[in-house]
Amino acid sequence: MSETTAGSRRQRRRRLPLADPAGFAARWLVLLAVAVVWQLATMGGRSVFFPAVTEILAQARRLWLSGPASSAFLSPAVAQDVVPSLARLLGGWLIAVVGGVAVGTAIGLVRNLADYLSPAIEFVRAIPPPALIPPFLVLFGLGSEMKVALIAVGVVWPILLNTIDGVRSVDPVLVDTGRAFRTRRVRRLAFIVLPSAAPRIFAGLRVSLSLALILMVISEMVAATGGIGFTILQAERGFAITEMWAGIVLLGVLGYVLNALLLVAERHLLAWHRRARGGEEAA
Amino acid sequence: MVSVATRAARAAGAARLARGLVGAAACFAVAEAVTRLELVDPRYLPRASTVLARMVGLLGRADFLTAMAATLQAWAVGLAIAVAVAVPAGIVLGSSRRCYQATRALVEFLRPIPSVALIPLAILLFGQGLQLKTALIVYACTWPVLFNTIYGVQDVDPLAKDTARSFGFGRPAILARVTLPAAAPFIATGVRVAAAVALVLAISTELLAGAAGGIGTFILKESSGGEHADLVYAATAMTGVLGLVLNWALLTLERRALAWQPSAEAAP
Repeated sequence: MSETTAGSRRQRRRRLPLADPAGFAARWLVLLAVAVVWQLATMGGRSVFFPAVTEILAQARRLWLSGPASSAFLSPAVAQDVVPSLARLLGGWLIAVVGGVAVGTAIGLVRNLADYLSPAIEFVRAIPPPALIPPFLVLFGLGSEMKVALIAVGVVWPILLNTIDGVRSVDPVLVDTGRAFRTRRVRRLAFIVLPSAAPRIFAGLRVSLSLALILMVISEMVAATGGIGFTILQAERGFAITEMWAGIVLLGVLGYVLNALLLVAERHLLAWHRRARGGEEAA
Repeated sequence: MVSVATRAARAAGAARLARGLVGAAACFAVAEAVTRLELVDPRYLPRASTVLARMVGLLGRADFLTAMAATLQAWAVGLAIAVAVAVPAGIVLGSSRRCYQATRALVEFLRPIPSVALIPLAILLFGQGLQLKTALIVYACTWPVLFNTIYGVQDVDPLAKDTARSFGFGRPAILARVTLPAAAPFIATGVRVAAAVALVLAISTELLAGAAGGIGTFILKESSGGEHADLVYAATAMTGVLGLVLNWALLTLERRALAWQPSAEAAP
């Protein structure tokens, strides 16, 4: 899970797109170049399975952006498939965030509790989350509850473990200082322990968010009642190749946007942390 | 003679192990108590002890063992190909800033696509067999190994490389004697992450492509009738055991292979 500081520092610097406009532009140029190459390679229309970029984008526009101006051009399919998918994704993820941080903080604060619980945690964590789909189908049926529960249980582990780690590695001098000033326990938790653990917790949040997207897709494909995953699988089974590709592209865009939003939130919430660590990352 | 520090470390390890065993027993007891209360119909949530007994029973069932072997085969082949592709690619990208800049963009746009979204496409391209699972595992496992190799290579102490160069070693020799050994702990971590990803992909694919065969198919088949909930839970728990065993095996292998590393214990 953990990377060396050198590695994570480099990673963090790379993840600040606005601090590096030239690199940012270069990245989109490369994407554009790849799209052009793809377009040229598929122009002849020889491969059934690889439609041209323009066709995929046109199909995506037809599917999701063909609505009236009154609904911001979003088509009814957005409300029918995309919004419920996103709601399940965020619902399950938020449950995991609240549960993981709360339980992780408790485990991290109580001495030796982690030792008692780690075999059980390690075991449940070792179950590949998609393998939980059949028992959850038995327990919750085909509906949204099953998908939200799957996402919550599947993605809680990186958050839980990172919170435990973060809380346990809080500088004891800070806590003692707080105690010396007779700060109440709740305030110590809110203003010393959790902020110190926040960088670790955010690392867990990022891992769990991308995992949540994966579980959303796979659960919608297996328990097929609706959603983006269902749309893609239906398209494949009906041999609607362009529609299937449009769905894949939509998921890629969603993954990118969700990660970007979380990074923005992290930068705002942890701005004090970067400043405290010196100008290195601010540069 | 055993030093005081070693003895203290051993005692702490034994205490931790004892706590772990107590904790595991307590967790099982809680699970048993909750399932015995029958808040949920036992047809849907069987007793913990029943599930445990079924897990032992599964180990004697030929169809389950065949399914497990099929999953393991795809796991091993896919992971091996991913390592064979990603480590050399990571070395190239990690050693050349220009290659890295050029491909970074592409990688950054490919990575957010959840690998399971590609299962339908892969079914069209590869059919429903071992090839399908392997192809998806290779795709998904390449990323963690690739990134860790890049980080590892970029993290090599330049002084060590310069020293080797000043002793007259050529590029291939520096690669083999300095860069690769220094990057090895990073690569090993990447492989362990990839191993867990591979299991996720194998089981996801099996859930969707029934003909693929494997633990995923086995569990889904048992759950479809709705009568063997205990078997469903037992087989799912067995995937956890499998995950633990595979991770433990890789960790052991890593410790053996990297025993010469002064920081092997503290490796990322």
